[in-house]
Parts: sequence; structure tokens; C-alpha cells
Amino acid sequence: MAEALVIILVKCGAILVGLLTGFAYMTWVERKVVARIQVRYGPNRVGPFGLMQPVADGLKLLFKEDIMPAQADRLTYILAPAVSLITALMAFAVITIGPAVNLFGREVTLNLADVNVGVLYVLAMASMGVYGIILGGWSTNNKYSFLGGLRSAAQVISYELSLGLSLVGVLLITGSLRPLDIVQAQGGYWLGFIPRWFVFLQPVGAALFMVCAIADVNRAPFDLPEADTELVAGYHTDYSSIKFALFFMAEYVNMITMSALTVTLFFGGWQGPVLPPAIWFSAKVLIFLFCFVWLRATLPRLRYDQLMGLGWKVLLPLALANVFVTALAIVLKEMYF
Amino acid sequence: MELILFLSVGAVAILGAVGVVALRNAVHSALSLITNMVALAVLFLMLNAQFVAIVQIIVYAGAVMVLFLFVIMLLGEKAQEGRERLPGQRVFAAVLGVLLLTEIIYVAQSNLLPGLPGKATTEMVAQGGNVQLVGRLLLSDYVFPFELTSVLLLVAIVGAVVLAKRKL
Repeated sequence: MAEALVIILVKCGAILVGLLTGFAYMTWVERKVVARIQVRYGPNRVGPFGLMQPVADGLKLLFKEDIMPAQADRLTYILAPAVSLITALMAFAVITIGPAVNLFGREVTLNLADVNVGVLYVLAMASMGVYGIILGGWSTNNKYSFLGGLRSAAQVISYELSLGLSLVGVLLITGSLRPLDIVQAQGGYWLGFIPRWFVFLQPVGAALFMVCAIADVNRAPFDLPEADTELVAGYHTDYSSIKFALFFMAEYVNMITMSALTVTLFFGGWQGPVLPPAIWFSAKVLIFLFCFVWLRATLPRLRYDQLMGLGWKVLLPLALANVFVTALAIVLKEMYF
Repeated sequence: MELILFLSVGAVAILGAVGVVALRNAVHSALSLITNMVALAVLFLMLNAQFVAIVQIIVYAGAVMVLFLFVIMLLGEKAQEGRERLPGQRVFAAVLGVLLLTEIIYVAQSNLLPGLPGKATTEMVAQGGNVQLVGRLLLSDYVFPFELTSVLLLVAIVGAVVLAKRKL
């Protein structure tokens, strides 16, 4: 009992430290990569290659004066950033970064919770995370923030459906919602060299999932809740200091979780030759994180009606068709092979 | 351990429910309804019904309440203030509430509803998996009500489209 508790606490600590360090250096990677794409240098003053920049930014945000608008709704104003970050951190609990390992003569799974409904749990936390944005937009009593919050609500409703449906194909093939089972179902190779990743079996599902995941974490080109050209800074216009930083953290932590989920569902999780599983997993996650930044630096933002049209008229029918075709193929395979 | 968890989660659920009616601000009411729903999801989890718990969060606390908040915020707070439309509705509601409560207590204490044990046993859930079992039951024993529900939802969608777009 006590031993199990210690293991859980250590895992919690590891996830917290890992995600928050990941967040800090993602801001550095993002600024550096976007700068390079735009033929600039990016941060290069603080430390070698600007590597201490996140520390400087963090300290600056921590010591800035915390301003609360006079007309703000106090409770929700304080609650909103906390809700954002807590749900973002909670979502990572079921992400499995490797098979169970033997540590000090004890079997330790490389995730915090090995639940039966793992993948759905991540989606549930993502759908709770939107309250942070909606409430943040509403509580400050600011037109721009409010519009950002409303947009976020509409966007989440539209894209969550397609997000959920796009991974049904994978779930139909594996017959399980546990990340561990899903990754293990992707072991081995076709023809001796093509890895058995679900991205090859479910290309449409994978593409839909990635598009919806970007919309779900409010990143460009779907960053309408904070569209700075029209809404100043959207839902966090009136947030400053550490509360703003919490929103910022939540966005990056969500990015990491969604990349990890993409890798788990479609790119074979931790499976790979030679290197240890955790290294493979992190490397794959890093590639998707780079894609997030790359897309932001490349694509212009969608207009609001285009966003809604894409969600309901393109992604949702495609996701439904994908579920139908996958289910049909599985039934036919069982009947004839 | 389980009792402590049950009592604290139950207290959160009740507080959330009271907050829905007691709080002045409609957005705060909606928030406490979300609290209530999440607490219910935890209660489902404690009953080993993981799938129902997660669906409770995704569908009710997630999708439905986001729509609720969306509407409340769009209408603004001013629309909800002002006098009550139905005179005497508080008295009426109190009487009905007391009646309903006595009914629930009576039924719970008597043997009128003994609570039929379902087909799925704890062993079956542990072996076959929670989601798998729910899915199998939905598409075998309960396929008729399941399909009827989908027709009902389709009717609701068509109705909503007709109401929203008078001239198509």
C-alpha cells in the first residue's frame, strides 16, 4: 500500500517535471523555429543559443504585477487559468511511454493510470479543458475576450465530434481503448521492413485526427479564440503575469499530450529498433511537436465561417465514412478470411 | 477508504446541485451543474462503470454544458434578471419537491423496487472489459431500444433544422 503510493507520487512528480520542462523548451523551440522559417535569428542573447531564454521568460512572468480588471468576475477569473492547466496536466495520466519495466525488483508500468477507457479519458479531459478558455473569455468582461471564449466554445463542439470519430477506426481494429494494447497491436513489420503502424491502415483516420487535434488545442491555423489580428489576444487579453503563463502552459502541455496520443494511436508508440522504447517515443513526439510549430509558421488563419464549414461539411462526413468503411472491412475480413 | 471517498464526492455532488438553484449568476449556476456532473462521474467510477463515467464527462459535462454556457453567455445576464414570470412558482416548486423527496425515500425504504441484478457480473466485466461488454449488450440484447433512440435523435435534429431555417 505505502509502496504503491510512493510509486504513484514519484510518477506524478516525473510527469509534472517532464511536462513543465517540455513546455519551457517548447516555447524556445517555437520561437527559434519560427524565426528560422522567417529568416530571423530568434532568441540568442540569454545563454548559449538562447537556451536560458525560457528561464528568463518564466522569471519575468512570475514577478510581473498581477492585474485584475475592475469589472471582472473574481471567482471565475481566478478559476479559469487553473482549470485550463489542471485538465491539461491530468490528460497525460494515461499516456503510456513504454512497456512495463522492472525497477528494483518490481514491475512498474510507464504510465500513471492504466485504465480500461484510456483514450476516451484523454478526450474527456480535452473537453473539460475548454471551460478554462470559455470562462477566461467571459469573466474579464471584455468584448474581445468574450468573442474569443464564444468562438472557442463553438470550435470545440464542432471539432470534438470529428476527433472522437477519427480514432474509432483504430479502436475497431484493436478492440481496446488501452494505450498499451493499441501500441502492442502495432508491433512487427509488413514484408519485413514496413512497420505495422495504424497510419498505413487508417490514413484517413490519422489525417483527420491530426487536423482535429490542432483545432482542439487552438493552434494555428485554428487559433481563432486568440486571433490577434481581430481580437487583440482573444480570451487571455486581460490576463497578466502568472495567470497568463498558466494559459500559455496549458496550450503547450495540450500540444505535447496530443502529439503523444497521435504517436500512440497511429505511429506505433514506443516501438522501434535498437534504441530503448522511451527514446523512440520521445523522438516521435518531438517530430509532431515540430509539425505544430511548422504549421503555425506556414499557414494563414482560417476565417470563422471557413472553420465551421470545414468542421461540419468536410471533416465530420469523412470521419463517418471512415468508420463505416473500417467496420465493413473488418466484418468482411472475419467472414471471408 | 471507500466510505470516505463516497461521502466526500456525494457532498460535492449535493453542493453542486444546490448551487445550481441557489446562485444568482446564471454562469455560476452552470458551473456548479458541471461540478455536480463531474462528481456523478466519479460516483460511476467507484461503481466500476468506467465507460459510463467517461461518457458522463464527455457528453454531459463536456458537450451539453458547453452548449448551455454558450447560450447563457450569448443571451447575456440582463436577459435573465427581472421578476419571475410565474407567480407563486416558488411555493408550487417547494410542495412538489417535498412530495418527490418523500416518494423517493418511501420507494428506497420499501421493497417495491428490489433492483434487478443485471446479466453482467463483476467477473465478466473484469475479463471482457467494461467498454466491450457495454458495446456487446447494446448491439445484441438492447438493439431495438438502441435503434429507437437513434430515430428519436434524428427526429430532434430534423426538428431543430426546421425551426432554425424557416425557409429552406
